[in-house]
Amino acid sequence: MAKAAPQDVIKESSMLKQKEMIDANFKLLSTANEEGRKVSSTFVPGNLNELQMCFDLNCNFPEINALQNGMRKKSGRFIMEAERDGQSEDVCTYVKSDLGMIMQGNIGPTGDKLPDPDVLLLSYTGCFTFMKWFELVREKYDCETIMLHVPYQADGKITQNMRDYVVKQLKEDVIPTLERVSGVKFDIDRLRQYMRQSAKAEEDLVWILQSAKNRPSPIDAFFGGVYYIGPIFTAFRGTEAATEYYSTLRGEIEQRIANGQGPVTPEGDFGKEKFRLVVEGTPNYTNFREFWKMFYDEGAVVVASTYTKVGGVYDFGFRHDPDNPIESLADYCLGCYTNLSLPARIRMLQSYMEDYEADGLLINSVKSCNSFSAGQLLMLRELEKRTGKPGAFIETDLVDPRYFSAANVKNRMESYFQMLEQKSASRAA
Amino acid sequence: MPPKKPAKSPAQNSVQNIVDRCQALFDDLDFTAVKDWKAAHPGAKAIGYLPIYVPREIIHAAGMLPVGILGGGDQLEVIHGDAYYQSYICRIPRSTIELGLTGRLDCLDGMLFPSICDVIRNLSGMWQLLFKDKYVKYFDVPQTYRDDIAGTFYIHELQTLREDLGKMAGRTITDDDLRNSIAVYNENRVAIAELYRLRAVQPWQAPTSEIYLLLRAGMVLPVEEHTQLLADYVTAADQEERPRRDNCRVVVNGVFCEQPPLGLIRSLEMAGCYVVDDDFLLITRWLLDEVPTDGDPLDNLSKAFLHRSAATSAKFEPNKADKGRFLIEQVRNSRAEGVIFAAPSFCDPALLDRPMLQEALNRDDIPFTAFKYAENTGQMQAIREQAGTFADSIKLWSA
Ligand code: SF4
Ligand code: SF4
Repeated sequence: MAKAAPQDVIKESSMLKQKEMIDANFKLLSTANEEGRKVSSTFVPGNLNELQMCFDLNCNFPEINALQNGMRKKSGRFIMEAERDGQSEDVCTYVKSDLGMIMQGNIGPTGDKLPDPDVLLLSYTGCFTFMKWFELVREKYDCETIMLHVPYQADGKITQNMRDYVVKQLKEDVIPTLERVSGVKFDIDRLRQYMRQSAKAEEDLVWILQSAKNRPSPIDAFFGGVYYIGPIFTAFRGTEAATEYYSTLRGEIEQRIANGQGPVTPEGDFGKEKFRLVVEGTPNYTNFREFWKMFYDEGAVVVASTYTKVGGVYDFGFRHDPDNPIESLADYCLGCYTNLSLPARIRMLQSYMEDYEADGLLINSVKSCNSFSAGQLLMLRELEKRTGKPGAFIETDLVDPRYFSAANVKNRMESYFQMLEQKSASRAA
Repeated sequence: MPPKKPAKSPAQNSVQNIVDRCQALFDDLDFTAVKDWKAAHPGAKAIGYLPIYVPREIIHAAGMLPVGILGGGDQLEVIHGDAYYQSYICRIPRSTIELGLTGRLDCLDGMLFPSICDVIRNLSGMWQLLFKDKYVKYFDVPQTYRDDIAGTFYIHELQTLREDLGKMAGRTITDDDLRNSIAVYNENRVAIAELYRLRAVQPWQAPTSEIYLLLRAGMVLPVEEHTQLLADYVTAADQEERPRRDNCRVVVNGVFCEQPPLGLIRSLEMAGCYVVDDDFLLITRWLLDEVPTDGDPLDNLSKAFLHRSAATSAKFEPNKADKGRFLIEQVRNSRAEGVIFAAPSFCDPALLDRPMLQEALNRDDIPFTAFKYAENTGQMQAIREQAGTFADSIKLWSA
């Protein structure tokens, strides 16, 4: 396996393209206030990117800032700053990272100043903490706020009542407010056009994620997946740039499959695929590379993950639908992963375990996130029972470096891999 | 020598007797009162609910007993529950699971999980998996407040609950059934308002440890019986002279879900604080006014929820300027001198709300102190000292 020296990280051209896109968006945001462009702040799950583009809004995603700050080792001090300002050590660290960053001058992860928002758009999907986060940020700005309440799919289905409620909010509250804030009249054909782009990109994204059914898997659907979802989960869904990105990425992966190659890792090509895992839960961003290395060093590839569904679940057929744009925005919001019931999440994971022929399940439970974490121990038991495959459970955090113990995680993972090895040896015997 | 007179037994409805009865209900983790009620009403069902709010009127209208489930407190040994939750998740879901797995909730035919936070939300799914033969409903409430949008959604949710419970009860729940139940709960709301008024005016006559037990009794007793109990207590408390202390007057905030141990509530009182308002068992005071008993009952319940319900951290405040206003009004109306923020450890809703509420109090020069607890907190020393210092500082300032 061709391993690069640790400092020169290997990047595919799609990765470079994505980096350019993200950097460009941060640049755009940094000049938005001066140049009179309107800015919205919004969350990833249930984001209304196509709709916001109809109003020429530039989009700022506090979660993305938090995770980018985590990756750049900046989140720790922001979190401490927020705690010094009265936030509890117990609560979600994404929130604290964001608040700390705002308090320290709101300089974003790339070093560019982040703008004051003109509208706070809370698409309230899949996490109660969003509501508090939004209220906390609102304290700091004097701008319009929109709450889009997305009901929870407690019984594993979207009812007409839920859909109607979201559609009505979109039509009678969200759209008129965005018109007022932006001064741009809503044009549904523009929305349809963006949605056409979204659907194309979604088609490619699904193909990419499902390419992990191959042996060896040409992608890592968790660590690599975090990059793959970047554009479509954020300010680019609905843009031609995103469509191009996914088609380029698909091309690269087709090539990898043709060559019989595994995923690209920061240190080059993945060696021999030994273990295929499904991952439930979020990544840890403060030690992202170190964490990933614990997997690829052992030949473990993640073939499916639920984290890559937090900003939209596309692999069970949903696409943004230009023919029913508002209804499909509602269904999109309602369908994001953390808005699904626990039994539905378990069913999804079970299907991943089976369809992707996984050897095991890893749950990375993060202290920050009750939405993900509460109930994961039952999920683990249930999935072990249903699939007969062993699971592993580790605890870290998203962006708080105090909760990532590399030694503990490594120990846990090593013994888990040993167990998988023994299992496969005894199966082969 | 004449035979000795038997010691005079306290009057049937003395404060002590009422409180003892409530204490016994509180201590009974086997829900005997619920079992007794079911035995006395053959075929009738009992439906559990978690904090903060469900429309108990609909359960009542189905001829069922609504039962408030508030975790296991500090007396329940949690053996199984800990295996379901990571250490950084609050206590109430694990002790609730414990209650379920040890069969203590077998007397319930269903459980409602209000939309209060992600932990309770996910617990609803766990319940679906663990207790497959029970009716389980996540009860979603709107976080927006327009009648034509949120109201329509909410009325539909209420109607679904009405139909589900009607099916379980084997009969249709009529509008008149609902109106009757609304009236019954209105009486309960009035009785609780009266109780709170008594305490706000004469907190020494109605200590919060007693008020709390009275509210808890309402979690397991039929509402009619509870209303009577409240009225009896108010009458009895009026007749009893109790020593008045030089305590400061505080509002307690943050105790809306996982319950503090009773010892903690007593500690606050012992430390020199009269609690004159709070957010304990909000379901009893969620709807701020009486709900109209004419017209469409679901529409009335919806309007009461959307426009006249308590503020709490699980509910979105649409107007920035109004954040904290409800708490400040509690302080003003009860003539409190400060606020004690008591939040369960790891409770995102309470702990994230707290800085915003504190900011609002700061703007109005209302002093506060803050601490965390768990339902099984054993050591009260630190909390007592903190509350004592707070009480002293308030007295110093107001001297
Ligand atoms: S609780 Fe979880 S989903 Fe919610 S903001 Fe925090 S990390 Fe995100
Ligand atoms: S104590 Fe707080 S975090 Fe825990 S279940 Fe209740 S509201 Fe949720």
